[in-house]
Amino acid sequence: SNFRHIDEDLYEELEEALIMADFGVETTLHIMESLKEKVKQEKITEPSALKVALQEIITKLLTDQPREEILNPNGPTVILVIGVNGVGKTTSIGKMSHLFKSQHKKVLVAAADTFRAAAIEQLQVWVNRAGVDLIKHEEGTDAAAVVFDAIAAAKSRKSDVLICDTAGRLQNKTNLMKELEKISRIIAREYPEAKKEILIVLDATTGQNAIQQVKLFKEVADINGIILTKLDGTAKGGAIVGIYESLKVPVKYIGVGEQINDLQPFDAEIFATALFKES
Amino acid sequence: MAFDQLSTKLQDVFKQLKGKGKLSDKDVKLALREVKLALLEADVNFKVVKQFIKTIEERAVGHEVMESLTPGQQVIKIVNEELINLMGSTQSKINFAPRGITVIMMVGLQGAGKTTTSAKLSSHIKSQGKRPLLVACDVYRPAAIDQLTKVGKQVNVPVFSMGSDKNPVDIAQAGVNYAKENNLDVVIIDTAGRLHIDEVLMDELKNIKALVKPQEILLVVDAMTGQDAVNVAESFDQTLGLDGVVMTKLDGDSRGGAALSVKAVTNKPIKFVGMGEKLNDLEPFHPERIASRILGM
Ligand SMILES: Nc1nc2c(ncn2[C@@H]2O[C@H](COP(=O)(O)OP(=O)(O)OP(=O)(O)O)[C@@H](O)[C@H]2O)c(=O)[nH]1
Ligand SMILES: Nc1nc2c(ncn2[C@@H]2O[C@H](COP(=O)(O)OP(=O)(O)OP(=O)(O)O)[C@@H](O)[C@H]2O)c(=O)[nH]1
Ligand SMILES: [K+]
Ligand SMILES: [Mg+2]
Ligand SMILES: [Mg+2]
Repeated sequence: SNFRHIDEDLYEELEEALIMADFGVETTLHIMESLKEKVKQEKITEPSALKVALQEIITKLLTDQPREEILNPNGPTVILVIGVNGVGKTTSIGKMSHLFKSQHKKVLVAAADTFRAAAIEQLQVWVNRAGVDLIKHEEGTDAAAVVFDAIAAAKSRKSDVLICDTAGRLQNKTNLMKELEKISRIIAREYPEAKKEILIVLDATTGQNAIQQVKLFKEVADINGIILTKLDGTAKGGAIVGIYESLKVPVKYIGVGEQINDLQPFDAEIFATALFKES
Repeated sequence: MAFDQLSTKLQDVFKQLKGKGKLSDKDVKLALREVKLALLEADVNFKVVKQFIKTIEERAVGHEVMESLTPGQQVIKIVNEELINLMGSTQSKINFAPRGITVIMMVGLQGAGKTTTSAKLSSHIKSQGKRPLLVACDVYRPAAIDQLTKVGKQVNVPVFSMGSDKNPVDIAQAGVNYAKENNLDVVIIDTAGRLHIDEVLMDELKNIKALVKPQEILLVVDAMTGQDAVNVAESFDQTLGLDGVVMTKLDGDSRGGAALSVKAVTNKPIKFVGMGEKLNDLEPFHPERIASRILGM
């Protein structure tokens, strides 16, 4: 709406926008405090400048550390993709395979979701689309064994990137989390020469539970980054701001659709601007 | 478990209220602010929370409550009643056609749990002595048909599919015909995940509905969904006219706010909840039990 002065109503409107973007109460309140501080310090008086100031705060908050490249420039990389059920792990692996292949990398994929019905068939379709190879076993077999074999294959084929799919699991399921810990250990032990990149996939429609997801997955695997999917919907994915503040896990890619090209590098400024776009 | 954290928060607020003899308007306002924050932290939609608090405030800040001997108890009673109002109070079941074939259509966002829930529901319905058929109308997601075929096999329910080159609207109709010819009486249609803002795909659902006239259109919603749950539910309801909701992944530690929000904005009952990945992890939803659990009674 159109405000003529900066007043409590205007602040409240922005606060509501953050809550509705899934920032959560705590992060919202504390960003609003920073905003009021900034307004005082920079003597901001124009209502239109307030939104910009808020976007600046969020952008700055998300970019306080230098970005790190995902792929090892002079050696192999192994990417382990983890997360709760249905967030977009397998699809994101299809998209990443395509991306890395287009950068002339030799990509190998491991079908270590041996649990979900037709997860292997789904991944097979994606690697065919991307034109890369897949290491797979039978459904219902040991997931760690697939990773083990895939590492051996990646070494002998001299792959630049090995990407491992895993079964979706809720972070409060201790057994399944232990299995993930084991897979992560196998990678560290069997492939020490590779740069280890563990990416957690978060669905932008998820609310405050996303924080809990990163927290508990982080306890079993050394997470380097986030893939934030389904940003092509109306959800804004604001939970990642609180996650970055408290756990320092940055977003590396975003998913913006179901097609093979619908993966983009994360850009904090675009993210902050999109928060206030009506959709 | 879902709802536990919300429950703890609310009970803390109530404890403070109970401890007080007389309550001032300010006491009530402070307590309601705590309730508001607890609901927001539990992912209840902002607008739903605002309306909820307003309703309680109107009822609580007044003579009747303040002058009673136990004002704290009165406020708690009001919050309790309004929460049950929000959730709906009785259990809602599947509407079966009085004769002939019952058609159930599963719809929702990508990855919500439609395919898994279709299989769970078919198994549940089969255990009631009916003869269900699963129909594979997701022609877009890689291996969606394989997935439905596999889960159908696991629960011993036949799956009708025509590959992924056919139109989902035609597949749905052919599936119903197949059920008629084979003496099956419940058809569960698994549709592809889609965004509520995707007009082409939402039209596809409308066309399926127009052709096969389902008794039940169930929206499958992930319990972890945040503020966007109401946009999604409202859009699907406006486009299709929902009959109910299935809330999945309630075996997680989400705070269950999506469940409260979706019911509040669509006024459509939550009929079932998904409690795990296994195909028997489906339970009927009892709103009054959840309300009591949240309130710790
Ligand atoms: N709109 C949209 N849909 C997506 C995106 N990423 C994935 N999806 C869809 O989300 C659904 C789930 O994706 P999957 O890749 O199977 O998710 P997953 O995490 O591997 O799921 P599980 O293995 O079952 O845990 C599919 O229908 C995908 O097409 C995205 O960025 N946008
Ligand atoms: N823990 C848990 N996982 C569930 C539940 N329901 C479904 N899932 C999992 O969620 C993921 C997605 O389920 P699907 O049935 O493939 O979801 P969908 O809505 O059909 O997905 P699309 O067809 O891609 O839109 C799978 O990993 C399922 O095993 C549940 O109640 N609890
Ligand atoms: K989801
Ligand atoms: Mg997967
Ligand atoms: Mg499906």
